[in-house]
Amino acid sequence: MSPAAPAPAPEPSPVPSPEPSPVPATASAAPASAAPAPAPAPAQAPAPAGAWSRDRRTPARSAALHLTLIAASIVSVFPVAWLVLTSLKPRSVIETASVAPVDHPTLANYAQVLGETRFLTWAANSVIVSLITAALGVLLSATTGYAVSRFRFPGFRSVMWMLLITQMFPVAILIVPIYNLMAGLGLINQFPSLVVAYLTSTVPFCAWMMKGYFDTVPVSIDEAGRVDGLTPFGTFWRLILPLAKPGLAVAAFYSFLTAWAEVAYATAFMTGDDKYTLAVGLSQFVGQHKAEWGLLTAASVLIAIPAAAVFLLVQRHLVTGLTAGATKA
Amino acid sequence: MTADVVATRRAAPRSGARRLLSRHWYAWAMTAPVVIVTLVLVGYPLARGVYLSLTDATEANMGRTIGMNVIPSTYEFVGLKNYAAILTSPEFLGRLAWTIVWTVVCVALHVGIGLGLALLLNRPLRLRSLYRMLLVLPWAVPAFVSAFIWRYLLNGEFGVVNAMLRAAGFAGIAWLDDPFWAKVSVIACNVWLGVPFMMLALLGGLQAIPRELYEAAEVDGASPWQRFRHITLPGLRPVSSTVVLLGTIWTFNQFPVIFLLTRGGPGGSTEILVTYAYRQAFEGIRNYSGSAAWGLVILALLVVLATVYKRALRRQGEAW
Repeated sequence: MSPAAPAPAPEPSPVPSPEPSPVPATASAAPASAAPAPAPAPAQAPAPAGAWSRDRRTPARSAALHLTLIAASIVSVFPVAWLVLTSLKPRSVIETASVAPVDHPTLANYAQVLGETRFLTWAANSVIVSLITAALGVLLSATTGYAVSRFRFPGFRSVMWMLLITQMFPVAILIVPIYNLMAGLGLINQFPSLVVAYLTSTVPFCAWMMKGYFDTVPVSIDEAGRVDGLTPFGTFWRLILPLAKPGLAVAAFYSFLTAWAEVAYATAFMTGDDKYTLAVGLSQFVGQHKAEWGLLTAASVLIAIPAAAVFLLVQRHLVTGLTAGATKA
Repeated sequence: MTADVVATRRAAPRSGARRLLSRHWYAWAMTAPVVIVTLVLVGYPLARGVYLSLTDATEANMGRTIGMNVIPSTYEFVGLKNYAAILTSPEFLGRLAWTIVWTVVCVALHVGIGLGLALLLNRPLRLRSLYRMLLVLPWAVPAFVSAFIWRYLLNGEFGVVNAMLRAAGFAGIAWLDDPFWAKVSVIACNVWLGVPFMMLALLGGLQAIPRELYEAAEVDGASPWQRFRHITLPGLRPVSSTVVLLGTIWTFNQFPVIFLLTRGGPGGSTEILVTYAYRQAFEGIRNYSGSAAWGLVILALLVVLATVYKRALRRQGEAW
């Protein structure tokens, strides 16, 4: 019954593989989701007592619930809060390891970061590289996401495997060949080399994410379009794409974030400090010999605040995008 | 009638191919951009990486251009020597063991804590959206910034964690300078920044489970544990199977946290496979061939993992 063993590169199945029939999740199905190494460890979950019985919660249990959540929130917020507080301290205080939250508050670190370092150049570099990566990633992958969402065609499984496997590529595998190629083309320390390197991961990832999004758009819309005489391309362009704009935006945003936070390629490829991205530039503040914690914390706040603000606005869509393919499977 | 059938059958091979093309050309055309980009940007470097891994290429014998002078490559084909060297080296086994510990511990804590918080947030609760926003914060901060934050918090001299320990009367801990505590530190940092994603993904999964199932189970007298075991866990599986796979791959390849927090130190004790391969390629005398071979070994491990995982899922009737 099991289909041909999925070798690393499965041959395209000669016939369109049928839609996987949705198997109802019966209660008897063993929930041990046969994860190879990391068992999902349900034992660590707090006792799910009364998962839905809202009527029977005693004040004591309610307090315990809130206390747990408050403790978790503190753990989650403290590092960021301390970062902000530290960035407002002068160097002399930072290096005394004081535990006082506020001590001689000053904006001197910010003035120094903005005025005496290349922080703004690095920020501009990061934005340029990330924007180009995001735009190209979405443009190149949108139709593929649609095709693998809607059609079962010879080669479908190969494409799905390709999308999955390229996402698993460790950074170590492509970085040397791409580095050598880019060195041959004279593109080391140039933005295009970084964009190319980032596209290797964002293009398959965007296609994967958009498949998930297109899966949530009802097929009946396609059918209506086809009945009205639209070609598959017409259906995609005129009907589906306008509906999928949120999905495209999320994929673009996620690509932007990936490029924005990438460290390995940027460290290896960008050799001049006028071409650093933020991730590389920040490392300069805490090198082997000196550690400018004031500069580092101030710069981190300047990066984290806008990033976090935008992120919190769109995070609901992000999670949906990442797991939509799964819930619809 | 019979003649018709025969004629059709005789023409079948050619018209079959044409029919396939006319039926599927648009699907192929739509996937073409990604396939082409992947073949050019991933396939070609990958092929070159495979080739490099079979040579003894290093920085010293790699062809390069210095000013006007073009220095040709002098590296040679050495067959599987790099792979043999890796697989028999104690370094590989040590790094592999730590990478597996790192991945298993991180993913288990991500899923465990994430599921716990998701279950708490899935109840009717005052201030729920506030909690949710606070708990998501670590994901909102870019990972490299988080790594720097933790490097500061855990700094042995003036980090606030040690400052608090000292204020409470304990001795400070050399978090990033002791092999054991450095491991604890990188895991703590990675768990901190990875839990929010799991929490949100699992929360989405929980909310997709129909309430009627719980009500019916309650009517039938199922205990809370039975409801969790037989409704919640199976209902979560479509989401959890995906996020566990994603989380495993991400953690296995997690570069920034280790590279920026400890640089793999002290003495290489927190170096996972990926950071080790990166160091070989870009530090000291750049060992391109060795690094390429490491990269391929890592990829092979991940492909095996994903294959086993996908097969397990397919056996349960999920996925493709």
